[in-house]
Parts: sequence; structure tokens; C-alpha cells
Amino acid sequence: MVIAFSIMLPFLAAALIPFIYRRFKNIHLGWFVLIVPVALFSILATYIPRIANGEVFIKTFEWIPSFGINITTYLDGLSMIFSLLITGVGSLVILYSIFYLSTKESLHHFYCYLLLFMGAMLGVVFSDNLMVLYVFWELTSVSSFLLIAFWHHRKASRAGARKAMTITVSGGVAMLAGFLMLYVASGTFSIREIIANLDVVQSSVYFVPAMCLVLLGAFTKSAQFPFHIWLPDAMEAPTPVSAYLHSATMVKAGIYLVARTTPIFGGHEVWFWAVSGVGLLTLFWGSFNAVRQYDLKALLAYSTISQLGLIMSLFGLGSAALHFGYSTQSVIYTQATFAALFHLINHSTFKGALFMMVGIVDHEVGTRDIRRLGGLMSLMPFTFTIAVIGSASMAGLPPFNGFLSKEMFFTATLKITQLDIFSLDSIGLLFPIIAWVASVFTFIYCVIIVMRTFFGKIQPDRLEKPPHEAPFGMLISPFVLVAFVIGIFIFPNVLGHYILSPAMASIYPMFPSAEELTPHISAWHGFNTELIMTFGVIVVGVFLYRTLKKWRPVYQLIPQSFTLNAIYERVINSSEDVSGRVTNRYMNGNLTYYFVYIYVFFVTLLAGYMIYADVFSWNPSKDSVIEPYELVLVFVMIAAAIAIIFAKQRITVVLLNGVLGYSVAFFFVVFRAPDLALTQLVVESVTTALFLLSFKYLPKLKNEYISKSWRFAKVTISIAVGATVTLIGLAVMNYDRFEPISKFFEDSYDLAGGKNIVNTILGDFRAFDTMLEVVVLFIAGLGVYTLIKLKAKKGDADVESK
Amino acid sequence: MKVNDVILKSVVRGVVFIVFTLGMYLFFAGHNAPGGGFIGGLVLGSGIVLLYLTYDIETVHKGMPFDFKKVAAIGVLLATGSAIASVFFDVPFLTQTDGYYNLPLIGEKHLSTVTIFEAGVALTVVGTLVTIILNISEDE
Repeated sequence: MVIAFSIMLPFLAAALIPFIYRRFKNIHLGWFVLIVPVALFSILATYIPRIANGEVFIKTFEWIPSFGINITTYLDGLSMIFSLLITGVGSLVILYSIFYLSTKESLHHFYCYLLLFMGAMLGVVFSDNLMVLYVFWELTSVSSFLLIAFWHHRKASRAGARKAMTITVSGGVAMLAGFLMLYVASGTFSIREIIANLDVVQSSVYFVPAMCLVLLGAFTKSAQFPFHIWLPDAMEAPTPVSAYLHSATMVKAGIYLVARTTPIFGGHEVWFWAVSGVGLLTLFWGSFNAVRQYDLKALLAYSTISQLGLIMSLFGLGSAALHFGYSTQSVIYTQATFAALFHLINHSTFKGALFMMVGIVDHEVGTRDIRRLGGLMSLMPFTFTIAVIGSASMAGLPPFNGFLSKEMFFTATLKITQLDIFSLDSIGLLFPIIAWVASVFTFIYCVIIVMRTFFGKIQPDRLEKPPHEAPFGMLISPFVLVAFVIGIFIFPNVLGHYILSPAMASIYPMFPSAEELTPHISAWHGFNTELIMTFGVIVVGVFLYRTLKKWRPVYQLIPQSFTLNAIYERVINSSEDVSGRVTNRYMNGNLTYYFVYIYVFFVTLLAGYMIYADVFSWNPSKDSVIEPYELVLVFVMIAAAIAIIFAKQRITVVLLNGVLGYSVAFFFVVFRAPDLALTQLVVESVTTALFLLSFKYLPKLKNEYISKSWRFAKVTISIAVGATVTLIGLAVMNYDRFEPISKFFEDSYDLAGGKNIVNTILGDFRAFDTMLEVVVLFIAGLGVYTLIKLKAKKGDADVESK
Repeated sequence: MKVNDVILKSVVRGVVFIVFTLGMYLFFAGHNAPGGGFIGGLVLGSGIVLLYLTYDIETVHKGMPFDFKKVAAIGVLLATGSAIASVFFDVPFLTQTDGYYNLPLIGEKHLSTVTIFEAGVALTVVGTLVTIILNISEDE
């Protein structure tokens, strides 16, 4: 219950924001919002000891039980890590944003989006049901879109938001297809149940396609190569958002998905190569490109990409352990997964601190361009401290937590070469080499961050504001994170035991004890290959940093038109072009054409099916007697319908149409359908009134010249539609291919407590339709309202004739 | 356009009450007899439209100072809210329940949560209907 509540709380808070915002104008809105993640973090923290004891908390709320879609909240070690990051870093980010964003910004929007995002992320990590997970997953895409486009008056913000949305949502849709395949293979949407029935899933033909599609979702979300291009552009968001979305949460959703589905897919060759290969490639490409950046935030963006690649590759390496099942041999490889989880936490701490540091520099100096920065050390000593600790940890230097997880990463890449599956004994050598090269670049850009910002000569004339230290409030959050960076280095095994160990148990459910999966982390692990590799990184890194000017032209070797961004632009532009042309062709603003499309489709589909299935039949034996007054009604209707065709004035048409509608209502009365008759009468009255009201806007009926063939086509279509409807009406009586569903509704009184079947269908049996229809109606109403209001502003009434 | 429409105004004054009463009756009768949220809402809405047609907007607005966009929004919230509310009672989304209760003054009555849902439907219909008609007509 508590877990479900913690998903709900951010949404509830988001709904309350408009009221709080109006009520307390003088207090920064962030202070109220801060309560939410702090409260959630405290609640979740109380669960840590019980989770560490191997307990899991499951609670199911039925949503659509008939389809197996239920909201199952699930708290185990893995979701614990992520939820702590979401709420913990979330608290710090909100605290930081209070000082970063002035009250002049539209804070109510900002915090509303942020809370939506937080709730969606918690939903992702707490959902056991794949469909529910997908819903929350896309909600993170939507809310991050809103956050990235927060400064929507800037073109780059909008473009960045759209890019992030396009890429992550396409991946999300692929993932949905993968989930559906998993459902077909296993018969359940529940992740736990799929893991319990692994043999069935793994023998299914859908297994590998589902795996690839799910991976697409994970890769796009976690900005893996070649989908990483959205992440640097997403840096147009305000810095607190960047710190939150791009260090701690959204990009880690993909990592979460990979970790969560490792028990399902892990151990398969495709999974191993896709996850670890793409991860390593991303690691290298991200770190390589980070070095060329001049914007500090862009540099951090690429560094995030590369670090995500590192974590991803570690999960890939760790999944090899599942290939063997439980054995002493496989336990060695689980340590890669352990390192992944460890680095995940470390990355959130140091990257969060670094983003906040960049935010401070940007805020206090007015630029993030390293060509204009320099010499800030003496002016901003606290910010400098944060930068040094964060960067050193990211570069993997002691005594910071990044060192520990990076050494474990080296260990994992070295160990994997000893494995004799998936032809790792030969190609496997690439792993440690790529890892080492990427680490060198990581080291270089970490040096760049510190040296170019804080050392060298200050250039006051190139800065927009006179530099000075940030206010105390802005420094709290990065200092807390930095404290974690050091604290985790000193006491890594506390984290290992309480947080990482239960998560290992949920990634490797078939392993009997989590203790066995939890290695002892030590800062001094002997004088071994890993340490030599680290020394090498430092030496080569320093050398390359010194000679950076000489080899920088390497980056110009890739021609502009072949970069991934250029390809993306081209695809987007050409698809916009094509769709624009296609749409303009058929949406030409002429109602007649729209009716033609609808009716042609209608006739081909329905009449086509009826002919194909050969169900046209007319059996008058079941018909009841036709009363004389029914005949009168029929003739009235026919006369009105024919009269419409020859009517010269619009008002005549409207009234004749009313005659038709009322006659139909009479028929409903005659056939004892009082509900329908009532509805028809009222609707007919209202639409006729509406018609007459909007009458003055409509132009006079014109006697336009219409070509003979077009006239003929129209007549043919009309007759075809009429004939189809008539024939369907006649055939329906004898149609017996399907069981009629009316049987089910006959006991409406027992099932729904209502004697009126029509209403029990609307309100009980098919209430979901009704609910959505109400929403549609409302949106349509708003649409009409805005259309008319907007039109009135322009003073443009002549719409139809255009 | 000033037309002396005394007859219309006097007739409407009486008719509107009958229309509103009918609308309310249809709304509550819904579950067992013809009626329900949609029809009830439509009838109420057309009653309001009738008022607007007969009297000018300011006069009606004095008597019914509602923003009908908000009425529609409240309706949507009520319908979706009553659907979500069932989750908190540990039953699937959109589950409705009913029962017989002895109420003071009016005796034993059949009450159903579907009424809340239907009220949402009715309010949305009224709100949307009047919003659309008002906006099309008032723009002069």
C-alpha cells in the first residue's frame, strides 16, 4: 500500500500545485515541492533493512483483470536502488532548483512537470506489470519533453525536446511490441510470472525478436549508440532538470529495464553481445566526443552517454553468468553486474554534483563555454572543490567512489576474456582494450573540466557577470552528493550489503544466496593488472591532455553530412516534407471530399465484406406486420430526403433534415425504444438549434458548375451507401455467424442493479467507453471554443469558402 | 434586433421549469427506466439553451453565474474520478456498486455509485453543449 501511495504522491502533489501557487505567492514554490521527495525518501529508507533481509513487498490492484493488466507494485532490491536515487537525487535537485530558478520563471509549470516526471519514474521502477510499466515509461518521455522545452520561447529548447521525444518514444513503441510478444510467449504481463515460467518463454519463437525490441526501448531511453544524439540536445533544459533527468533518472530507466529483464533474456548470446557491445561502443564514442566539446554542459552530456555505456556493458558482461545457471564458475561473472549497480549509484552522485557545479558556474558567470572560462579557482573555492572531487571520481581516481567501481569494471572486462562461450576467448580481448582507451578519454575530459574552468588566466571581459561564489543554498545539494562520493569510498561495504546485495538477488533469482553474489569491496586490492591499467590511464591521459592542440584536428575527419545528427535531421525533414505533401493532397478543406473518403471506405469495407462472406439475404418470414402509420412515416421521410436534393436554400435543407431526424425518433417510439427516441429527439432539437445559430456564418448555397463525371460519381456513391445500409438492415435479421451478446446483458439487474439495459451498458458494463466518450466530448467542446475564440481574434469569419 | 416577444418569454418561463424537472427526473430515473446521465444532461442543456435563446446572455448569466467550461471540466473529473476511486476500495477500475438504504423522510431507496458517474456524464454534456452554443451565438 505504501509503495502504491508513493507512486501516487507526486501526481497528487502535481495536481495541488496550482492551488498552492496561488495561495502562497511570496514563498518559492520549490519549498512545498521539496516535501514530496524527502517524505518518499524517508519512507523508502525505512524499508532498507527489511529489503536487505531478502523480503519483497508486492501489492496488486486490479485494473483490467480480464486482460491480465493489473497495477502490481513491487518493491525488491533492484527497484529499491532506483527509487532511492529518484527520490534522493530528486530532493537534492529540488533544493538546488529553489536557488537556481527565480520566482519570475513559471515555477508552477516547472514543478508540475518535475513531479509528474518523478511519479512516472517511480511508476516505472515499481511496476511488475509490463503494460503498466510501459504507460509510466511513456509518461517519463512526455514529462521530460515538457521539462526540456521548459524555456519554450527558445528554438533550441523546442528542437531538443522534440528530438528526445521522437527518439525515446519510437524506442518505447518498439518496446511495447516486445512486451506484447512476451505476453504471447508466456501468457502473462507480470515480470515475476514470466521469470517463473522461463522455459516456456525461452523456447518460444518470439523470444529473440522480443529481446531485440525491448532492447531498442532500453537503448533509446538510455542514450546508447546510435540513439545517443538526443541527450546533448536535451541539455537545453534548465540545469536542475539536466542534473535530474540526465544524471539520476530518465536515462537510467533503460538501464533499469535491462537489469530487470536480465533474468528473462540473460544468458542468451544475442543479449550478451547486444548489451555489452553497444555499451562498450557507447562508452568509447561518448568519451571520445566529450573531449571535443567546448560547452561544459555538452561535455557532461557526452560523459553521461559514455558512463551509461559503461554501466550497460557491465550488465551485458554480468548476464553471461546466467548462461551456466548456478555454479561456482558463474559467480565470478556476477561481479560485473555488481560493479554495474555500484557504478550506477556512484555515477548518480558524482554526475549530479558536476551538473550542479556547472549550473553554479553558468548562473554566477553567465557562460559555460570553456574558451571563455578560466581562473575561477580563487573566486569560487567551494565550487572548485566540488568540481575537483566530482571529476576525480568520474576519472576513476582514489580516494573517491568512482575509483572503486572503475577498478571493478576493469576486473570484469579482464575476467570475461577467460570465458569460453560466445567466442569470447578470441574477440574478448577487445573488451579490456576498449575499456582502457575509453577510460583514457574519460580522464582527459575530466581534466578539461577542472583545468579549463578553474585554472589558467581569468578573462573578466569575456564573462557576462562578475564572478563570485554561489549562494550557500545552491552549494548544499552538490556538497551532499560530494559527501556521498567520499563516504562511499570509505564505507563501500555498507552500501554493498544493504543496497546492492538485495538487488543482486533480484537480478539472479536462481542463485541461492545473495551473500555469495556480494563481493567484498576494498580500496586496496593489491598490485594487479587493474591498478597498472589505472596508472596507464593517468600517464597517457596527462600526455594526451598536454598535446590536445596537436591531435584535436582528428575530430574534423568525420564530414559534417555523415554525422548521426545530420542523418537524423535529414530523416525528420524529409518525413515532414512527404507527410506534408500527402496530407495537403487529401485534406483539401472541402467537406465534400471528406465525405467521399468516408463513404467510399464504408461501402468497400462493409459491402465488400457482405459480398465476400455472402451474407446478403432477405427472409421476410420473421418480419412483423407493417402498420399503415409506419408507411406514412416512411413516405414522409422519403419525400423529405428527395426534397433535400432539390432545395435551393440552406434553411430549407436544415429544416428538412430536422424532419428526417424527428421521423426517425418516431420510429424509435413505434418500435418501443424510448431511450433512443428521447435521445434522438433531444439531439435533433439541439443540432437544429445549433445549425440555425451558426447559420449566419455560412455562405449562401451556390450553384457551382460541377462536371458531369463528378456529379455522376457523387450520385453513384450516394446510392451505393444507401443500398449498403438498406441491405445490411435486411441481412442483419438473419445473420447468425456470431453469438448475439444480448444474452449477457439480460441479467443486468442482478449484475448491475439496474433494470434499464441501455443504461447499465453505458454506466456499468461498458463504462470505460462512456468515460472516454465524456472526455472526448469535453475535448471537442474545448476545441470548438478555442477555434471560435481564435477566429474571432483574427476577425476572419470566412472559413468555408477558402 | 429587438422583437416584442412577450409571448415567447412568458411561455418559456413556465416551460423551462418543466424541462428542468423532466431533465432531473430523467437523470434519476435512468437506471431502471428510460433516461440517464446523457439524456438528462441533454435535456437540462437544451433547457438552458432555450433560456439563452429567449433572454439575452447577461440576464441568464445573472441567474446562472456558471462558467460552463468549468462545469464540463468538473463533469469529466467526476466521471474519471469515480472510476479511479474504486481502485482505493480494492476493486478493479470503474467498478460500481449499489444497495438499498433507508433514508430519512423518503424511506428506503436504491442507491448506486453509478449515479456519481452518470452525474459526471450529465455535467459534461451540459457544460459542453452550452459552451458550444454560447460561443457560436455570442460572437457578433
